[in-house]
Amino acid sequence: MNSMLKRLHENYLTGRKKRTAAVISVRVLILVAFVGLWELAGRLGWIDVLLFSYPSKLWDQLYTTMLDGTLPPHIAVTVMETAAGFVLGTLLGAALAALLWWYPFLSRVLDPYLVVLNSMPKVALGPIFIVALGPGFLSIVAITLSVTVIITTLAIYNRFRDIDTNYVKVVRLFGGSRSQVFRLVILPASFPVIISTLKVNVGLAWVGVIVGEFLTAKSGLGYLIIYGFQVFNFTLVLSSLVVIAIVAAIMYQLVALLEERLTRGWRER
Amino acid sequence: MRPVLELKHVSHVYVSEKEASLAIESVDLKVQPGEFISLVGPSGCGKTTLLSLLAGLLLPTEGEMLFHGKQVKGPSTKVGYMLQQDYLFPWRTIRENALLGLEVSKQLTDNAGERMEQLLADMGLDGVADRYPHELSGGMRQRVALVRTLMASPEVLLLDEPFSALDMHIKLQLEDLVQLTLTRLGKTAVLVTHDLAEAAAMSDRVILLGSRPGRIRQIFDIPPDIRELPPTAARRSAGFQDLFDSIWSELEAEEGEEADSP
Repeated sequence: MNSMLKRLHENYLTGRKKRTAAVISVRVLILVAFVGLWELAGRLGWIDVLLFSYPSKLWDQLYTTMLDGTLPPHIAVTVMETAAGFVLGTLLGAALAALLWWYPFLSRVLDPYLVVLNSMPKVALGPIFIVALGPGFLSIVAITLSVTVIITTLAIYNRFRDIDTNYVKVVRLFGGSRSQVFRLVILPASFPVIISTLKVNVGLAWVGVIVGEFLTAKSGLGYLIIYGFQVFNFTLVLSSLVVIAIVAAIMYQLVALLEERLTRGWRER
Repeated sequence: MRPVLELKHVSHVYVSEKEASLAIESVDLKVQPGEFISLVGPSGCGKTTLLSLLAGLLLPTEGEMLFHGKQVKGPSTKVGYMLQQDYLFPWRTIRENALLGLEVSKQLTDNAGERMEQLLADMGLDGVADRYPHELSGGMRQRVALVRTLMASPEVLLLDEPFSALDMHIKLQLEDLVQLTLTRLGKTAVLVTHDLAEAAAMSDRVILLGSRPGRIRQIFDIPPDIRELPPTAARRSAGFQDLFDSIWSELEAEEGEEADSP
C-alpha cells in the first residue's frame, strides 16, 4: 500500500516536471524562431532592412554604443525618470487617497472630477507641463505623474473603503482615535493593494516617460527613438525598444520581489 | 452595592433615509460587579444595539447610560468587547494582535509581554505568539481575541455572540473557559446570544427582550445550584431542562405576540 502511494506521488511529480519543462522549451523555441526568422528575412531581403533591420544589426548597434559609452547615459536618464515617476505617483496617489478617506465631504465633492480626470488621456497635458516646468526632467516626471496619480488614488481609496468595518470597530472599542484607525487598520490592510498599484504604475510610468521624452528630451531612450526616426535609422529605434523591454522587465521583477518580501506572512482570511 | 453599568430609561432611535425607527424603548437595567448576565430575545429586539450602547459605540437618544455612576461618552479600555468573529489583524502576529489594546491606549509596558504569555498559556495557547492568525484554527483565534480583550484589563466584558461561528464542541469548551477565566479575574460580563441554553448555562441572570421596539420583557434569576456549575456541567444538571423550558416558552409567547400584531 505504502509503496503504491509513493509510486503515485513520484509519477505525479515527474509528470509535473515534464509539463514545466515542455512549457519552458516552447517559450525558448518561440523566441529562437522569431529571432531566427527575422534575421533570415532581413538577410535574404524578404523585408525592407531599412525599416525593419534585423537582430544581428541590432546587436552590433547595442554592443558598440554600450562599449563606447554613448548608450548607458540614455538608459540611466530614462530609468531615473521612470523610477521617480512610479514611486512618486504611488506615494502621491496614496496620500490623496488618505485625504479623501479623512474628509468624506471632500471625497463626495471631488468624485465627478476624479472620474473625468481618470477617463481623460492625460498625456495630452504634456505640452502644458513643458511650458510651465521647462523642457527636461521635471516636465517628464510631471507627465508621468499625470498618468499614474489619479488611477492610483482611485484604486487605493476604493480599497480603503472596502476594508471590513469590524477591524475598525476593534480599534475604536479600545478608545482609538481616527488617526489610530488609519495607522493601525486602514493603511496596513491596504498594503498589498498599494504595492500592487506600484506594479501597475511601473508600466504606466514607462508610457509617461517615453511620451515625455518624445516631446521634449535631449537624452533618454525615448529621445533615441525619436532621433532614430528623424534620421531614418530604424536599427537605433528598434534597439532602443529592445533595451526598454529588458529594463522594464527587470524593474517589474524588482517590484514583484519587493512585494513578496513586504507581504510575507500576510494573508487575508 | 453600586452597579457597574446602569441604563436609565434608555431609548435609541436609528435614523436612515427611509425612516427613523425606534430600536429600544425605555430600558432600565443595572449590572452589579462580578455579575454575568445574558441578553436573549427574538431578532429585532435590539440586543446588539443595547450592547453597542453599553460599549459606548452608540450614545442613547434618550435616557442615561452610566458606568460607575458617570455618563458614558465613548468607548474605553474599561469596557472590553468581544465580536462575533475574532477579527484578528491578519498582518500582525498573535503577539502584536494580543497587545493591540495596550498599544491603542498607550499603556504598553515592559511586563505586558509576560502577562500576555501567561494569559495565552492559561487559554492553552503556548508557543503561538509569533505565528500569524491564518495559521490558527477558529477556536484558537477566538481565544486569542479573548486575550486581546483581557490584556487591556477591562472591568466589564461585553460578549456579542462570540461563540456563534464555532463548531459545537469547541463552543462548549470555550463557554467553560470563558466563564472560568472571567470568574477567576472577577470580571463583570454581559453576553448577547441566540442560544438560550448557552445563556442559561453561563449566566447569573437571563434577560429576555421583546421586540419592535426592544424592551425588557422578563428577567430570569438562575438558581444557585446551576449558576455555580461550569456551563457544560450546568447543561447536564437536574433543574436545567425546566429552566430552559420556562425561558423558551416565554420567548415563544413573545414571538407569537409579534406574529399576531400587524
